[in-house]
Amino acid sequence: MPASPLVEFRAVSKRFGDGPLVLDGVSLAAQPGEFISLIGPSGCGKSTLLRLLAGLSPVNGGSIVIDGLTPEGAAAELAFVFQEPTLLPWLTVAQNVEVPQRLRGVPAAARRATRERVLDLVRLAAKADAYPRQLSGGQKMRVSIARALALSPKILLLDEPFGALDEMTREHLNEELLAIRGQQAWTAFFVTHSVAEAVFLSDRIFILAANPGRIHAEFSVSLPRPRTADTRLARDYHDLVAQVSRILRSVEDVAATV
Amino acid sequence: MSRRALQILFPLGAGALFLLAWQVRHVSLPEDTRFLLPSPADVLRALRENRDVLTRATLNTTQGALLGFALAVVVSFVTALGLSLSGWIRASLYPYLMILQMTPIVVVAPILVLWVGAGLKSVSIITFLISFFPLVVNTTQGLVSTDRNLVELFRMQRARRWQEVFLLRVPAALPYFFTGLRIAAVLAPIGAIVGDYTAGSSAGDGGGLGFQAIIYSSQAKYPALFATAAIGCALGFVFTAAVLALSWFALHRWHDSYERADK
Repeated sequence: MPASPLVEFRAVSKRFGDGPLVLDGVSLAAQPGEFISLIGPSGCGKSTLLRLLAGLSPVNGGSIVIDGLTPEGAAAELAFVFQEPTLLPWLTVAQNVEVPQRLRGVPAAARRATRERVLDLVRLAAKADAYPRQLSGGQKMRVSIARALALSPKILLLDEPFGALDEMTREHLNEELLAIRGQQAWTAFFVTHSVAEAVFLSDRIFILAANPGRIHAEFSVSLPRPRTADTRLARDYHDLVAQVSRILRSVEDVAATV
Repeated sequence: MSRRALQILFPLGAGALFLLAWQVRHVSLPEDTRFLLPSPADVLRALRENRDVLTRATLNTTQGALLGFALAVVVSFVTALGLSLSGWIRASLYPYLMILQMTPIVVVAPILVLWVGAGLKSVSIITFLISFFPLVVNTTQGLVSTDRNLVELFRMQRARRWQEVFLLRVPAALPYFFTGLRIAAVLAPIGAIVGDYTAGSSAGDGGGLGFQAIIYSSQAKYPALFATAAIGCALGFVFTAAVLALSWFALHRWHDSYERADK
């Protein structure tokens, strides 16, 4: 018997105001601990899907169930990592990491313990008293991830978090993300434009098509874990990247001819 | 020579050149019209000779400027908080706030004298009217310009409305607030002097620089008039310097505008 899914989309559709459908009949289920990537051409609604999951916007049709709850009800189990680091520039790294807990009324001593733990996880303990503008792009993103992890979420939502970073930094952070996941068992929904990144990180990849956004294909990544920098040298990895790229290109070609 | 030394030397040099040009122009005038442009030395002498009167006038003007300025800061902040709540409130009230800004002070002054009497109260209110608008506009703009993602970060944590306002929107609006404050700091002393000119009173030691300007011009004491103008400028510089210091104190650790170029 399959385990009951942690997250389930049931024929979800979404439009903004009177606009066209952004998502049309999206159904998917994620098991606890799964790493799921969403990839597709721009305008396929992958970011919207994440925002629905985060309860930032209501669905227009169908439903989303998270651990038996609605997205609004499950807010305490979710953490969101934005495309940009989205740090409060007037707070230090340490204070930034504590913001979500502060808003939830967690006492100072507990906040401090959590903050120290997650800053260690992202290897930024030495930068605790720095201000965001003193950090590199990659470091800011790690602070942003640490802040999300400080909530001990069951589900981590990441909206193209490494899109603005250079290739090297991105690969490092991908490895780091998986290393952290080895210590904390969250389920991940990861939106990306990079096939290589999706293959490296994911258990499953959903390839979305645009206009209206819908799931075009689902792809299981059978690469063994733990995955490290060496994984990228493996033959299997390159074959999978090629396969997903081919599917993605077919979706984009369709979009181009419409 | 170090860059830093040059940064000080160049403005000083420019000032010296300006004084020199002033002196040359003064001397080049025919004797009988030299009174139209007193020399820098004449102005200095007038400053010294009138120092008691001018000191008292400066203190009075400073008091009016500070009161009006402080009132403008407090009222504009509260108003901006209200305006930031909704676009409808902004649309409904902005036109009337503009009326505050657009009504000429020389028309407002006699009305104020009628209502609260000539003197410090009127001067402070006129200062308030002049410095309020840039403050409220900038602060409101800052409060509604908060990064969308930061707002969503707060909403996802079910932040209360006051948390969103005071932990996020207000600190994010600080750079905008200080932009308004810098403009208002220049306007406040001008407002106090104009206010004093139009609604000041010398009764009870209450005369300020504006009042003194009326007296000196009626007595044809032109060097003293120039000295009064110089003090007005100096007051503007002091207000601006104080605001710049405050702004540095609040922002230099985190705001990009204080990023050192050598980083």
